[in-house]
Amino acid sequence: MIKTSTMLAAFAVGLLASTAAMAGDVRIMWYSDGVEGEVLKDLLDRFMKENPGINVILDNVAYGVVREQLPVQLEAGDGPDIARVTNLKAMSQHWLDLRPLVADASYWDKNFGGQADWMRPDGTNQISGFMTQITLTGGFANKTLFDQAGVALPPKDATWDDWAKAAKQVADSQQVSFAMALDRSGHRLTGPNLSYGSNYIGADGKPAPLDEGAKNFITKFVGWVTDGTMSKDVWVSAAGSTYRAAADDFINGQLVYYYSGSWQVPNFSTKIGTNFDWVATGSPCGPANCTGMPGGAGLVAVKYTKNPKEVAKVMDYLAREDIVKEFSERTLFLPAHKGLLEKGLDFKTDDQQAKAALNNFVTSTSSLSDIAQKLPGWYWSDTYYGALVTRVSQAAAGELNLEEAFARIDADIATKVKDSGR
Amino acid sequence: MTTDPREQSGFSFGEAIAKPVRFVMDLIDPPLRFLQRTTGIGGMATFFLLPNMLIFGIFVLLPFFINFAYSMTGGTALFLPDRTFVGTDQYARLFDCSNYLDANSCAEDTFWTAVGNTAWFVLLQVTLMIVVSLVTALILNRDLRARSFWRAVFFFPVLLSPVVVGLIWKWILQRQGLLNFGLYSLGFEPHVWLNDRSWSFAAAVGVSIWAHMGFYTLILLAGLQAIPRDLYEAAEMDGTKPTRVFLRITLPLLAPNLLVVIVLVLIRAVQIFDEVYVLTGGGPGTSTLFLTQYIYETGFAAQLRNPGLAAAASILMGAVLVVLTLLQLSLSRSGEKKGGRK
Repeated sequence: MIKTSTMLAAFAVGLLASTAAMAGDVRIMWYSDGVEGEVLKDLLDRFMKENPGINVILDNVAYGVVREQLPVQLEAGDGPDIARVTNLKAMSQHWLDLRPLVADASYWDKNFGGQADWMRPDGTNQISGFMTQITLTGGFANKTLFDQAGVALPPKDATWDDWAKAAKQVADSQQVSFAMALDRSGHRLTGPNLSYGSNYIGADGKPAPLDEGAKNFITKFVGWVTDGTMSKDVWVSAAGSTYRAAADDFINGQLVYYYSGSWQVPNFSTKIGTNFDWVATGSPCGPANCTGMPGGAGLVAVKYTKNPKEVAKVMDYLAREDIVKEFSERTLFLPAHKGLLEKGLDFKTDDQQAKAALNNFVTSTSSLSDIAQKLPGWYWSDTYYGALVTRVSQAAAGELNLEEAFARIDADIATKVKDSGR
Repeated sequence: MTTDPREQSGFSFGEAIAKPVRFVMDLIDPPLRFLQRTTGIGGMATFFLLPNMLIFGIFVLLPFFINFAYSMTGGTALFLPDRTFVGTDQYARLFDCSNYLDANSCAEDTFWTAVGNTAWFVLLQVTLMIVVSLVTALILNRDLRARSFWRAVFFFPVLLSPVVVGLIWKWILQRQGLLNFGLYSLGFEPHVWLNDRSWSFAAAVGVSIWAHMGFYTLILLAGLQAIPRDLYEAAEMDGTKPTRVFLRITLPLLAPNLLVVIVLVLIRAVQIFDEVYVLTGGGPGTSTLFLTQYIYETGFAAQLRNPGLAAAASILMGAVLVVLTLLQLSLSRSGEKKGGRK
């Protein structure tokens, strides 16, 4: 009997101790494309040494978990305390307002204010978090293939047609599978659509029907997929809005020109190494402009946290200029921190190609169109992107003609708007 | 005189196991006797079935009713209480077609594309699966050398995860995959199998047969081995032709196993998703988009998901499965009755 009582008492003490520990716990849901998870862990270990009362638990998960399971957890009023998320605006009602909790809100406004609207409910001045990385879509060319084919790289202000023509010439000469590829993603297709003068946002703030600019580029794009200039493996190979990238084809030297984005630089630097020379080219021009699409991943606080003060402390630490600098330089990510961007960064890589590519992307941020800057903070962006991918790939596969595809895109978006009840 | 050291030491393994069992039985005996006296034999049957019925109710029936409730709601909210009741609107949307044979004439064109693809898949896959499994079972039932090895070989893919199956075949069939490497080495022109509508559909059928036939072969093999040998010996003595032996002895006596296999293959074929999703992603275009993928995309993967529409589609899919299963069961019963009359 005494033994049982002792065991029960020990269990109760253990339970109390664990509850006390939970009071200072901050759980982060994080996904990684490269080494950023390891870098973050390193930074957080230092934070916990400085703040022994706060225990930060880093849950490294697959991107699919963030995309598919986190929304369900949030709808249930549950989830982590902090999460790394890409579809920031669509879930903005679940983010915690850090404004009254952070040490210096003006620091956040000054340095991360440019993207604050991407992650807060419309019409508020909420501080939800900050972008861990800013991404920008843009092209990459296999310079070695161009050199071997004796074809000059198109100049900085070259058009989509110029790149298609040159890449086709190189692919034919070098017996490469495909001249060009563009990730199977509505976000990726949007850059060129905007450069052809498209605007997705209607006068009432809701999605506008597909305009001539988008139709013109999509017509050209489907033509390129059909004639084999663009990789069929990427756009034709799946149904629905499934994401497909062509990074492996580029890494394997099977692709002359690849339109993706700045997040590929660390990947290329690691995997291509010295196998061949490659360059970042910025976004090709259309009749309207030469814009790419900004985007990225943000670290946001979740409003269902039990420990908002501790969460704010962690966020304050991770948003500190020296910490953002170290994180960006070690991960080769473009930071969102305005002050840091003005001062410049020293990316920790010996790969001169990667350094040049990152600098190219930093320069390209100046050529972003107004609409490109608005889209990441627009509620309907993902709805538009999903409809684009689904229907354009059906047109590329020959299941729909272009007019049918355009009509379906408009109908899909209209149905989603109606379903949402907004 | 005993020589067993355990007996000498007074230790009995059987007794060691029996003791606690007997203790437990003694413990539960009085309440069970009381229950039997109060409720009778029928009540006892209910009592023993109750745990299973509870599990079935919680994990099968309840989700079914919740799913049905979802199918009567609209909007993008995830939780049922937050959703708007729309009656049969989601079903009406799925059936909003001017021509059911032309998916493009339907409001939910991808649903009808998925229905058409699934119907073709079921027809091809079920037929081929049964033929291939039966032929394999007949071969494995013979006196082969290393028969156990061959049985294991055919059963092995069943042990693999569907994702692994999808990935293995993707590595074989993709542009720079093993098959094209082999063709190229032999001097043939490589082909992009997974970008070709017909080939990718054929690959979906073939891969699913490869992955699951071992299981069905095993069921049929068990049925074959249960057929009395003397029937074959009698037929042999009468000089009956092998085709007649197969049609008059093997097939009728294998019918119960065959029916189980047909029902299982059919259900599995209508539910096809995982390995094909990994292999083709539903492409090229929507040529391998099947119903389960449509439900998954609509309810979970799409931006602004529509759980109501996905639930309505899954209820319809379930209804089709129930009808098909009942049809087969009634066919088999009428077959049994006919057999009985003869």
